[in-house]
Amino acid sequence: MNNRLFSKKMKLADIIAANHNIILLLPRFGIPLGFGEKSVGEVCDAAGVSADFMLLICNVYTFDDYLPDIEVLKNTDMSPLIHYLLESHKYYTDERLPHIEAHLHHIADRVGGRYGQILKQFYGDFRNEITEHFQIEEQLDFPKLISLQQGQADHRKLPQHHDKSHSTLVDKMNDLTQIVYKYLPGNVLPEETMELVFDILQLAADIQKHALIEDKILTPYIAWMERSMK
Amino acid sequence: MKALTSVLIVEPSEIIFYGLRCILEETGSYNVLSPMSDATLLDEKLPSVRPDLLIVNPTLLSATPRQQLSSWMALRPQMPVVALVYQYVDEALMDLFKYRLDIRRTRSEIASLLKSVVDDYAENEEPAENTESYELSDRETDVLVLVAKGLSSKEIADKLNISVHTVNSHRKNITHKTGIKSVAGLAVYAMIHNLM
Repeated sequence: MNNRLFSKKMKLADIIAANHNIILLLPRFGIPLGFGEKSVGEVCDAAGVSADFMLLICNVYTFDDYLPDIEVLKNTDMSPLIHYLLESHKYYTDERLPHIEAHLHHIADRVGGRYGQILKQFYGDFRNEITEHFQIEEQLDFPKLISLQQGQADHRKLPQHHDKSHSTLVDKMNDLTQIVYKYLPGNVLPEETMELVFDILQLAADIQKHALIEDKILTPYIAWMERSMK
Repeated sequence: MKALTSVLIVEPSEIIFYGLRCILEETGSYNVLSPMSDATLLDEKLPSVRPDLLIVNPTLLSATPRQQLSSWMALRPQMPVVALVYQYVDEALMDLFKYRLDIRRTRSEIASLLKSVVDDYAENEEPAENTESYELSDRETDVLVLVAKGLSSKEIADKLNISVHTVNSHRKNITHKTGIKSVAGLAVYAMIHNLM
């Protein structure tokens, strides 16, 4: 199965042709568009990004049954991990969530009455919950890995929260799409409503992979680093 | 407040019907629907009348009683069927009924028997998994509203007098039917559908 994973010699354009969602990851690595026919290795070198690390993330985003084991992580430059995760959080909280909120409020205002109010309330609660979740990670998990990567022992105990709260967040995003396209009156701003559904679906898929990276890469990697410090 | 259990009585004798209605209404837990004097039109009536409990005189069943009973139960899976017995009924026919009500019982025996039927049925009823209908049953709606109000499965079980296991089966069916998993999402569903 590892044969079909993306590799450094492949053209970045071919990888994006295979999975267009990867375009959304490029800004998180600081890779601009306009890369022509360059290979992943060349593009990453030019941007000063570890190509191995970038490929690891692209592979997780593309191949649903692919998860690197700890041996792969040990042999990959994982120093960009926290920066990457922080950039992802920033993309969600500063760009996608406000964008979706603006559309949702626009639609909710047109729907009006109880429906509109309920919808806004649900979204507001969801947004608070996810923002708080990111903050906890940024205050606990991320600094812990940074200390470990700097060779300092860090005895902070991490809460066993992630798996469960990740799946709750993904469930809520799925619920939101269901509510919007199944139960809202269909005759109010139909085009904008469809766009909204696609925006939420896109974000839900993105966050699902993001959660997978935190649960199956970040958490075991922190545990391994901690063991190897002893 | 617990909703009244609505009871449909299928019985040709007016004396028996009014007597039974009187006993049921005294308990304050039942809403007795207008009676039917024979069972031939029951199939058509069940979906609109939606009783929670059916009490039927077994002598009114058709020549194929097993099919007839199972068609009623398919229409209202959450509705226990009780045989109302006061005359000779063939034993093979009686065996089709899980619950029997003998009219020679005292009023308090009748009340407690029916209460135990309702409780027992709610307890043992395994909510059907892949039912074709995507509409929530009455019981599922009850559970949905309590979930939406933020009650835990244990609290719901206590409130509805059913087991936690049954509550969880209902919750699974609700999610299967609505596509919604989170409590907050179910609350939105309940509000949009004016259930609370």
